[in-house]
Amino acid sequence: MTNSANTNTGIIAQDLKAYFGSIEVLKGINMSMQKNKVTALIGPSGCGKTTFLRTLNRMHELARNASIKGKVIVDGADIYSSSIDPVLVRKKIGMVFQKPNPFPTMSIYDNVVAGLKLTGRHSRKHLDEVVEKTLVQAALWDEVKDSLRKSGASLSGGQQQRLCIARTLAVDPEVILMDEPASALDPISTAKIEELIFQLKDSYTIVIVTHNMQQAARVSDFTAFFYLGELIEFNGTRSMFTRPQKKQTEDYITGRFG
Amino acid sequence: MTVAVEIDDIVMPEQSRDVERKSFVQADKVFKAVIGFFAFLVIVLLVWLGLQLYSSSKLAFSSVGIWKFIEGSTWDPVTGVFGALPFIYGTLLTSFLSLLIATPLGVGTAVFLAELSPKWLRRMLQPLVELLAGIPSVIYGLWGIFVLSPLMANSVEPFLMDHFGFLPFFKGYPLGIGFLTAAIILAIMIVPFITSVSTEVLSTVPVPLKEGMYALGATRWETVKKIALPYAKSGIFGSIVLALARALGETMAVTMVIGNTPQISKSLLDPGYTMSAVIANEFTEAADAHYLSALIAIAFILLLVTLIVNAVARWLIWRTTRAN
Repeated sequence: MTNSANTNTGIIAQDLKAYFGSIEVLKGINMSMQKNKVTALIGPSGCGKTTFLRTLNRMHELARNASIKGKVIVDGADIYSSSIDPVLVRKKIGMVFQKPNPFPTMSIYDNVVAGLKLTGRHSRKHLDEVVEKTLVQAALWDEVKDSLRKSGASLSGGQQQRLCIARTLAVDPEVILMDEPASALDPISTAKIEELIFQLKDSYTIVIVTHNMQQAARVSDFTAFFYLGELIEFNGTRSMFTRPQKKQTEDYITGRFG
Repeated sequence: MTVAVEIDDIVMPEQSRDVERKSFVQADKVFKAVIGFFAFLVIVLLVWLGLQLYSSSKLAFSSVGIWKFIEGSTWDPVTGVFGALPFIYGTLLTSFLSLLIATPLGVGTAVFLAELSPKWLRRMLQPLVELLAGIPSVIYGLWGIFVLSPLMANSVEPFLMDHFGFLPFFKGYPLGIGFLTAAIILAIMIVPFITSVSTEVLSTVPVPLKEGMYALGATRWETVKKIALPYAKSGIFGSIVLALARALGETMAVTMVIGNTPQISKSLLDPGYTMSAVIANEFTEAADAHYLSALIAIAFILLLVTLIVNAVARWLIWRTTRAN
């Protein structure tokens, strides 16, 4: 995909509404996320932040009875336009999940190249290179380079999550969506993931859902506060946490509710 | 007086509660003994059955010789020549051939039900599939004689002979009865077993794993192939082996369409015979002790084959559940 020179906007959501059956869980979101920046989505449980994340790579529609209205524009094209294949959207917009989900039937090596192998035949040499490159990027290479043939499920939780990040990087996406990627991990693993996000944002547009306010403050450039399916406030992270514009935002980030 | 009444009031309930507790413990022991006896009975029955079959088949084994009995290919009760190989061959050939037909059909249906079909359709189809497993086999047999067999004789077998007649498997005459017809009937009967167990196993594949694959840009088919099927592999394999056990023992439907001719032929169009069919057809005629013993010996061999197959299936299913 060509980068349109006129903008450094990565993703634009336009009047985006999401439904489970007849229940509206997103009530018309308008928001643009910048290229090569980290945007954090915060808000109490059930506010729609995870649903919003999942509409950005068309994962939402995989759930039963799920539907959406509105547009999500990436590289100038609406990913929900009828001419666009959701499979190609998901290749371009990778996702890291809340619970590490390495494929248990595959080795570490095969986990990393699982997505890459979907795109056709690759030479052994190329696959080897991608495995090393992405595992280095995911700060996992030194820990697993001698056990690439072991099952992905044999790793610790933090290592598994970094493996999942490497797997996402291997398909060379433009955008990485992260759904509370560190919530199931211990503090040391969390720190590693956060450091990783910091390094990745030079080359990728990152959108991260988090429950952890400090984490949002540490890793993100922009923060969006969701409440009851609506975008309440969206601003630079620093201003958001020092001078919130809305009362609800202030109440939430100061811990008065949520 | 009032004091005595009060003491009585306090003591009585405690005593009765104690008595009650004791009788509960007693009931528990009885319950355990009864249930344990039932469970034990199952094992006793199986062992007894096996021993009985073995002791009754000793006569045949000793007069012919175990190995000769198994590898002998002539079955002529009139002259007292008993070779079981044509039956063993017929049973194994029809069973494995039916698996060959039923496995893609059954697993394919399971993938459809577990992964692709809308919920309402699955809710409708799944009971229907299980219903198929419950239809009495004589009905399948009757359908085989009157519908499948003419179809095989008039269309399928001539077609196979015309186009694949150069293969040894499709030589002979289009009789409509024989190994192939029996295998097809068996396949129809065992598909529901494969489908219903495989659907259950495929439903246990964790959604996050499938989502992980979708998020990498996989299609539905790629997700099924790379995530769901490998994850459910041993369970599906277990269901296939269970279906095999069922096919090995199936009697009625097979005897109605296989032709009941004890011969070993490479051609699938030729009539044959199976172990269960020969027992069912001939036990009424088995007047002398040698003949009867030979039939029981076949039953013993069939029991052994089925037990081994079942044990393998259990082991495979155990392995899947442990992995999960």
